Amino acid sequence: MLEIRNLHAGVDGVEILNGVNLSVNAGEVHAIMGPNGSGKSTLAQVLAGHPTYEITQGTVSFEGQDLLEMGPDERAIAGLFLAFQYPVEIRGITNGYFLQSAMNSIRKARGQEELDTLDFAELLEEKLKEIGWDDSLIHRAVNEGFSGGEKKRNEILQLAVLEPKLAVLDETDSGLDIDAVRSVAEAVNRFRSDERAFVVVTHYQRILDYLTPDHVHVLSKGQVAKSGGKELALELEAKGYDWLREEAPVG
Amino acid sequence: MDRNDDPSASAAIDQHVQQPYKYGWSTDIESDLAPRGLNEDIIRLISEKKNEPEWMLEWRLKAFERWLTMKEPSWANIRYDPIDYQAIHYYAAPKQQKKLESLDEVDPKLIETFEKLGIPLEEQKRLTGVAVDAVFDSVSVATTFKAELAKHGVIFLPISEAIVEHPELVEKYLGSVVPRTDNFFAALNSAVFTDGSFVFVPKGVRCPLELSTYFRINATSTGQFERTLIVAEEGSHVSYLEGCSAPMRDENQLHAAVVELVALDDAQIKYSTIQNWYPGDETGSGGIYNFVTKRGRCAGRNSKISWTQVETGSAITWKYPSCMLEGDNSVGEFYSVAVTNNHQQADTGTKMVHMGKDTKSTIISKGISAGRSQNTYRGQVKIMKGAENARNYSQCDSMLIGDQCGAHTFPYIDVRNSTAIMEHEATTSKVGEDQIFYCQQRGLSEEDAVSLIVNGFCKEVFRELPMEFAVEATRLLGVSLEGSVG
Repeated sequence: MLEIRNLHAGVDGVEILNGVNLSVNAGEVHAIMGPNGSGKSTLAQVLAGHPTYEITQGTVSFEGQDLLEMGPDERAIAGLFLAFQYPVEIRGITNGYFLQSAMNSIRKARGQEELDTLDFAELLEEKLKEIGWDDSLIHRAVNEGFSGGEKKRNEILQLAVLEPKLAVLDETDSGLDIDAVRSVAEAVNRFRSDERAFVVVTHYQRILDYLTPDHVHVLSKGQVAKSGGKELALELEAKGYDWLREEAPVG
Repeated sequence: MDRNDDPSASAAIDQHVQQPYKYGWSTDIESDLAPRGLNEDIIRLISEKKNEPEWMLEWRLKAFERWLTMKEPSWANIRYDPIDYQAIHYYAAPKQQKKLESLDEVDPKLIETFEKLGIPLEEQKRLTGVAVDAVFDSVSVATTFKAELAKHGVIFLPISEAIVEHPELVEKYLGSVVPRTDNFFAALNSAVFTDGSFVFVPKGVRCPLELSTYFRINATSTGQFERTLIVAEEGSHVSYLEGCSAPMRDENQLHAAVVELVALDDAQIKYSTIQNWYPGDETGSGGIYNFVTKRGRCAGRNSKISWTQVETGSAITWKYPSCMLEGDNSVGEFYSVAVTNNHQQADTGTKMVHMGKDTKSTIISKGISAGRSQNTYRGQVKIMKGAENARNYSQCDSMLIGDQCGAHTFPYIDVRNSTAIMEHEATTSKVGEDQIFYCQQRGLSEEDAVSLIVNGFCKEVFRELPMEFAVEATRLLGVSLEGSVG
């Protein structure tokens, strides 16, 4: 589904990603871990097409398409979703209206019929029921005055509604207490399927207790320094990241 | 890092600051044009063309006499080359053979012009529940639903006709809110005004239709000087909307209007404007100079005047719709969205003067600047000595798109009664790359993202517009900012 080959990217001439390689297949959950400044969040932003980052080398293909040639909205339409580390506020626009606009924009681009307000409300209610959350966030302006936990939950709700093929979660667990981490992780688990892949960027191992990744990758100095199974995450939790800096990059 | 300051982002914004003005075409129609320039003879000519009574001519001439001694104001935050008042045609009218008895006799070219602007004049194609007065250059070409309104005692006429048919009403109220010597542009208007609307809603009547005037400038080198007067008698209600547009020309055309509103006891007037005069091109050439004096008198107890404006056009806007709250317990409201793009300059806001007891005013102003434009809010709240328990709430929000535009806020507060309660809030925000990226990541196009963000910002004002026009305003905002973000 996703093939990253020798990806180099940076800001203002400073290279942050320094030759990343990664393959993600449908149905898999990959965890990306690493110390602060290793390039984890940059990787997430680059995959979604944030205009600040300059790609200097390498290729990324998504479902056979050249991802780097696509605009951020085209990537969303193709089925790539990013749960933001810092979700943005939009004044005066309710969450429900925002989601409906987003969904219809995607449906229109895919040649599907747009949903009217009633149909959309029904779909939304269904999704909320599925993850067991109430509709308290729906009628408020997008992320405006939301607590940290509400913002992260809102990202997962958007994921649930937009049903992407590939979801990239950028430190969705950071700043959350343990109950909130569990609640978010459980919601994500509900949307795991054979057709959908997840890339979970995280600093801590604890969300992986609930998410059980198929693969764990450690990013260091803008490269994948080590890859392994879920036991690698536990090892990192115990030993920290320092020992990795001695090892040669893989891939 | 603040990504909005990234120079490459602003370069991209620059590159996109271009949008076509949809109403920039002109109608090829023979017009009856006064010679250029302004003097007593021109004023006599205008008065004669309109068959005005002698008092009206006198009134104009007195205004002109005073205007000659007045100086153009220079305090506003706008820059423009001096206006040559002698280079302007003060009267331009499409030629027509005789006085029109019905709409069927209106030149089809004019009907077509307004049709193209989305203002159908034929009653069967009317906007639901809206009566329209269509003003083309210096004259009103058609007014719909006159008969229907007359049944309720509501007078809705071009002001030139009202002067002839209801001289006692016009004489009583004209200049009673904006005196003819009020300011430079009001004095000029008083001397040369050509058309506009007159509305009179008698005691206890709720006007059954929305009233609307559409102003179209067509002829070259002409100024448009319209005058609108709305009188709501005791306990009456009326909602009025004005719209406007002009052809794309590389000259600057002057539009200096005066609007006066009078609300007696328990009367309510809601006045909405969608201003879309030609704003000039992306280099700042051409466009309408819009110098307008709008003022409402809440003369009676419990009266209410509400101004709502959506300003997207004009090269220069100088406009402060105001409320004089004379009646006890009267209410003044001002809801404004002002959008500037390219080289547009807007200096707009309001004045709320509290004179009566328990008077209340609300000001919600939203300024949006893009391109290299300058957007200024200027507002004054004055609580006079006798205004016990007056309240004002002001909120001024500015939004910047790109990093080459400016937003300025000048609130003046003058309180002479210690029982007053004043609240003022102001914010400035920027449509950031991150906000747009967030929307795009959810599948919205860049243009839809900007439109969504801006509409959310303006929501508190849009919900004050009559329903028929709220959709139009939302759409207009999208067009005005099209391509303003890279």
